[in-house]
Amino acid sequence: MNNPQISEETETLRFGQALNRALGDAMRADDRVFLMGEDIALAGGPFGVTRKLLDEFGQRRVRDYPIAEASMVNLAVGAALGGYKPVVEIMFMDFCTLAMDALVNQAAKAHFMFGEQGPVPLVLRTPHGGGLNAGPQHSQCLEAWFAHIPGLIVVCPSNAADAYGLLRAAIDNPNPVVFVENKRLYSAKSEFPANPQPIEIGKARTARSGSDLTIVTYGNTVHLAEQVAKQRADQNIDIEIIDLRSLQPWDETAVLTSLSKTHRLIVLHEATEAFGIGAEIAARMADIGFDELDAPIIRVGAPFMPVPYSVALEAEFGPNAEQLNTAIDRLLL
Amino acid sequence: MPTLKRSAPTRLLLGLYRTMLRIRRVEERLSALFADGTIPGFIHLSIGQESVPAAITHHLTNSDTVAITHRGHGQALAKGINLDAFLAEMMGRASGICQGRGGSMHIADSSVGMLGANGIVAGGIPIAVGSALAHQLDGQGNIAVPYFGDGAIAEGVFHESLNIASLWNLPCLFVCENNGWGEFSKTDDQFSGSLKKLAATYDMDYQFIDALDVAKLSNLAGRMIKAVRKTSRPAILECKVTRHHGHYEGDPQKYRPEEELNQLGGQDPVSHAYDKLITAGIPVSELTELDRQIQAEIDASVAQAMAADHPQFDQAAAGVYA
Repeated sequence: MNNPQISEETETLRFGQALNRALGDAMRADDRVFLMGEDIALAGGPFGVTRKLLDEFGQRRVRDYPIAEASMVNLAVGAALGGYKPVVEIMFMDFCTLAMDALVNQAAKAHFMFGEQGPVPLVLRTPHGGGLNAGPQHSQCLEAWFAHIPGLIVVCPSNAADAYGLLRAAIDNPNPVVFVENKRLYSAKSEFPANPQPIEIGKARTARSGSDLTIVTYGNTVHLAEQVAKQRADQNIDIEIIDLRSLQPWDETAVLTSLSKTHRLIVLHEATEAFGIGAEIAARMADIGFDELDAPIIRVGAPFMPVPYSVALEAEFGPNAEQLNTAIDRLLL
Repeated sequence: MPTLKRSAPTRLLLGLYRTMLRIRRVEERLSALFADGTIPGFIHLSIGQESVPAAITHHLTNSDTVAITHRGHGQALAKGINLDAFLAEMMGRASGICQGRGGSMHIADSSVGMLGANGIVAGGIPIAVGSALAHQLDGQGNIAVPYFGDGAIAEGVFHESLNIASLWNLPCLFVCENNGWGEFSKTDDQFSGSLKKLAATYDMDYQFIDALDVAKLSNLAGRMIKAVRKTSRPAILECKVTRHHGHYEGDPQKYRPEEELNQLGGQDPVSHAYDKLITAGIPVSELTELDRQIQAEIDASVAQAMAADHPQFDQAAAGVYA
């Protein structure tokens, strides 16, 4: 049950191309969808996600925005209140700091605090993650901040099919959605259905079935988990992998169901371990899944330090296979 | 009644006076209701500044949008918010325009083009510019008005907003109510530039006016709004106003010179308009009757608000997401 939508008629597509296709299809399906971002129109986006969309849709709907994140996201709020469906791109997730008021005080609150007078259907796409030696201000994974804010939805796909399906669902959603794209995935190819459809936000995917322990993860670390699980299968260790896909809301039922099957849980993410997504999942499972646990819940995430620049430092920063294997050994040996 | 003999300017002034007086009387009532604990939290009154929303809104339709400030009761009332729903919101009741979830600083009425008040200084400015972008995409000739105080002009998003509004030719009239005080500090201690120079930098029309005379302000606002509609070029209107009360209700204003506080009476657009109406031959009795009608409307709205139910927690909790 990897992905029920992948039929025999599949092709492979790069993650970035899937996002590009989702944007184009969403714009063709709904005239109210338009794009804003730094260098997204003429240049096609720093990672090429919006390539050629200007040619098809023109400057009216594919808008290069000045380097001014705070007003950009606020303009999106105003346009969304005016009945449009803006999709804005923040070039690196680190730059979301400049748009925090727009996201946290405005977009997240408007529906609630104005007494449900109108939704704020905006999507903020942004790449997170290290691995490019981009250093402390271009590598952070800040998704836990947004998952902490009532009113925001947070999504983080791990493959091309999910990237398409979740982005379509995000654009269709009446709420503000922070759509997180791991920048190491943009060029990664994976299976893509012939007739891709939106994927329901809030539903996890079982990326691998297993019986000995569960790794809950999302985004690029799904692939790390798969790689390690494959290696450990040779030692007769059968690992189940839950790809969350959505972080707010997250699929508590899927995680609990898997835990009830394997009785051991690791939460893996590239973001800082302390006070992170893993902390929330571990706390909930220690509460509602206490009777199912045969071992402590272990988190594997980034150490409590900024993402370093040097190739040597970033390699050790992790999370990597060695750290994940250490956690597996702690649970099973 | 000598209504037929009245000149157009007098009839206009009477309408503007009515809008201003209604704001004044509502805010006086809010002050009393805050003092006796009926209204919780913080409220920021615009007493002394009523001419600006009265004059601006005279030239707007319900399809034009405004983003209002924390000192925005007058801006909301002038735009046409329902008084019952407004007062119920102030008291945090279920029948409030925001179901009691927003209160004074977060009040909105999308049915009359009121995007929302903002508890974040300058927070509403770029949202209004986004609304102007929606108006431009709609192509119906509507405009957006971000109201802001002088305290907002040192905020970064204000400067970003001017830039993008000019760059994209967005139909937006930036209206500054400059009362000389950014919360508890003088404007001159907070801002080194001038709106006039900023407007020049961004190639926008800029006008300054003393908002004491609501009729003059309305004429100017009308010309500027017409130009924004026609050209889709943004513009800045800076209105000199006087804040009669403190930053927040209950503010002892120890930072404010006594001399300034003593002279507030001479800087009142409501009494200024009253005097002009009397000079124009409007009988005192007519203005007294107008005041009585307004007070009666407020009495009735206050009574319904106080009788209204408190909101249910479960219903609020279910309203976080659309």
